[in-house]
Amino acid sequence: MSTETNGSGDILLEMRDIRIDGYSDERWHDIIKGVDLTLRRGEIMGLIGESGAGKSTLGKAAMGYTQPGCRLTSGSILFDGIDLVAASDEEKRKLWGTRIAYVAQSAAASFNPAHRLIEQTVEAANRRSIRSDADSRADAVDLFRSLQLPDPETIGSRYPHQVSGGQLQRIMTAMAMSPRPDLIIFDEPTTALDVTTQVEVLAAMRAIVEEFDTAAIYITHDLAVVAQMADFIKVLRYGEEVEQAPTRQMLSQPEEAYTKSLWSVRALQKPEIKGEDMVLTIDNIDAAYGTLKVLHDVSISIPRGRTVAVVGESGSGKSTTARVITGLLPPMSGSVTFNGETLPPKLKDRSKDQLRRIQMIYQMADTAMNPRHTVEEIIGRPLEFYLGLTGKEREARVIDLLNMIELDESFMDRLPSELSGGQKQRICIARALAAEPDLIICDEVTSALDQIVQEGILQLLLRLQREFNITYLFITHDIATVKAISDEIVVMFQGKVVEQGLKSEIISPPFPDYTQLLLSSVPEMDPDWLTDLLKSRDA
Amino acid sequence: MSDQPETYSAAAEVGAVRKRRSRLERIGLLLKSAPPSAWFGMIVVTFYILVAIFADVIAPYGEAEIHPEPFAPWSEEFIFGTDQIGRDVFTRIIYGARNTMGIALATTLLSFLIGGGLGLVAAINRSWLDQFISRAVDVLMAIPSLIFALMLLSIFGSTVTSLIMIIAVLDATRVFRLTRAVAVNVAVMDYVEAARLRGEGLGWVMRREILPNIMPPLVAEFGLRFCFVFLTIAALSFLGVGIQPPTADWGSMVRENASLIQFAQYDMTAAITPLLPAAAIALLTVAVNFIVDWFLHKTSGLRDEH
Repeated sequence: MSTETNGSGDILLEMRDIRIDGYSDERWHDIIKGVDLTLRRGEIMGLIGESGAGKSTLGKAAMGYTQPGCRLTSGSILFDGIDLVAASDEEKRKLWGTRIAYVAQSAAASFNPAHRLIEQTVEAANRRSIRSDADSRADAVDLFRSLQLPDPETIGSRYPHQVSGGQLQRIMTAMAMSPRPDLIIFDEPTTALDVTTQVEVLAAMRAIVEEFDTAAIYITHDLAVVAQMADFIKVLRYGEEVEQAPTRQMLSQPEEAYTKSLWSVRALQKPEIKGEDMVLTIDNIDAAYGTLKVLHDVSISIPRGRTVAVVGESGSGKSTTARVITGLLPPMSGSVTFNGETLPPKLKDRSKDQLRRIQMIYQMADTAMNPRHTVEEIIGRPLEFYLGLTGKEREARVIDLLNMIELDESFMDRLPSELSGGQKQRICIARALAAEPDLIICDEVTSALDQIVQEGILQLLLRLQREFNITYLFITHDIATVKAISDEIVVMFQGKVVEQGLKSEIISPPFPDYTQLLLSSVPEMDPDWLTDLLKSRDA
Repeated sequence: MSDQPETYSAAAEVGAVRKRRSRLERIGLLLKSAPPSAWFGMIVVTFYILVAIFADVIAPYGEAEIHPEPFAPWSEEFIFGTDQIGRDVFTRIIYGARNTMGIALATTLLSFLIGGGLGLVAAINRSWLDQFISRAVDVLMAIPSLIFALMLLSIFGSTVTSLIMIIAVLDATRVFRLTRAVAVNVAVMDYVEAARLRGEGLGWVMRREILPNIMPPLVAEFGLRFCFVFLTIAALSFLGVGIQPPTADWGSMVRENASLIQFAQYDMTAAITPLLPAAAIALLTVAVNFIVDWFLHKTSGLRDEH
């Protein structure tokens, strides 16, 4: 993949000493502090770093574009001999969408829901009269085919909501490729996808970029992904370049300490321990939303003080299982036994004590906290509600809990909007912890976070488990996380439990087919992984 | 940058410079950031409130005190002259502040209490109760509100209490619609689910989880509704079923002295007299909306373009 001499030699994009300021808290902050970037034709550059490192801002600057609230203070951007800093909006608009294309993170939000997919795919090429409409349409079908979309002839006549997220992301790539741009900027295009879908999208994107010898900037925080795509990698932190090197060299011998710390994240490991005393057992649960049956005969048992990971792709019934346990969705049949007693199926029939003992942490910390409540109110409410703490006592306990999650009392008066993603998730953990629960259900708690922040959160969860003997039910589609923290694993597929057992049993062969697919789809830190995987699947 | 640590720590992720602030400091900071228009609004509203509270002290005469000379010109004795039966106009404008503002404020608050409360219940409940309330509101809204108000006022009599109740109930239908529409979006958020999982009651979910998040549109509506209530009261007074004499009210003062405007060519001050209570209403309306605008700007999180 990543032969270092992939580029055909002449320089396509050259950015020198780029400085960009952003406006927030009523003053200007520097976001990008003097970064250089050179990209030759046909090269793929990986741009990585944690959130806030300025990856997307730099990626957009490569198009000569700055977001509202940002300004380019100095630097030069030369795209194929055109000075993008000096170019007027009119001139830049002629380049965008035709010679420079942009693929955004959320394809679902980037398509117009009122138009058919093919209309949107050929729009840029048609508007610039690159080809006739009929040629563009035929070309789009070819692109759909090379992106391995199902029914390439007819899929274009569907609307955005009629295809899946992974298909939409590929159609977005087709849309970007349609005018045959010289440069494509991929801004975290697979972050929102399942592992199994991600592999297909990655393979398709790589193939098409190679086929047309397009240069690309691939922005992501997932190292394993960038290792599959890029010829060389640039690491950003706090708006400055940490280091840049060809992919293989970067993976095998990173120079800077920061880069090494990024690489080591996936090394987190936890020895599994078998548990005997079951804190929660669900037996033969069937559940449905209206007439749509989503859980079929699901039985899971969770030992006290252990972590049980539920894995499976979206729609496999993981979150529905959590809703049954919490009482939000009363099951059609089957029972939930907690601490030896059968829980009433409906939320409102459960006692305060039963509610206290099962807490939940959500995927999106943003929406799981009331944006108008301060941290003190968020953490203090369960203390007051369940344990009757008020006034000074409550305040002291909130500070205790903040210290437990490695924050301090200066956070008490902040609103969720004044916190970073990782801090928000920590506050959610503290809120769950405040109730002194037996079981915490973690619904994809790390999937919206950067690798380095993820590791911090996972270590925190493990430490709290050791200290307070808390049980976790960990719902996720990220196998790396599962390997890191679980004792037992439950594999779910289409509303059924495929396998349940100790971690070592599940992740060593022989595998049922679905487990095999799921495990093999997790990107590894090896630039040849995707190539090898595709070969072995074809065979 | 030198102040950024090399190793990862959760507390240092976002701005370590922030410090804990007391509530008083926060209010102080908020006021400091207020634009001139908001200051103007706040000063005017404070002035009106002071006038309303101390009406008895400020006013030179009694509210219903009749002097021998009707339509007296502006003078030392009667600053803005007297009205058609010889009451001092200046005195009545001061008492009008108390009556008109008091009634309009009470009516608007009551309509928000009824409409907002029912709207929140409907948005959270989403079952037959939602259907029942929403359809009942549709029925109320189907009848032209002025005619409906006239009918109800003639049934219950034109007392201040029934005036407040009737306008409040009729206005509450609009408030209900708005509240329900915005609250439905908030009611499906994870934090509302988290509160329900915690076992919180309906009251908590309504007041603490949903209400703070729908305040911006409600406050904007409050500013508008407050002005509309003014107009409704003035309109009803014009038809003779609003605030009854001798209680001073800006709306009816405009109507009673409206004919004076014809004398503009002989005496400018006489022509201005009926416009004074109208100006009082206009100024208050503008001031209230300045404050509402500022609040909306603060809470909507919109940044100034730079």
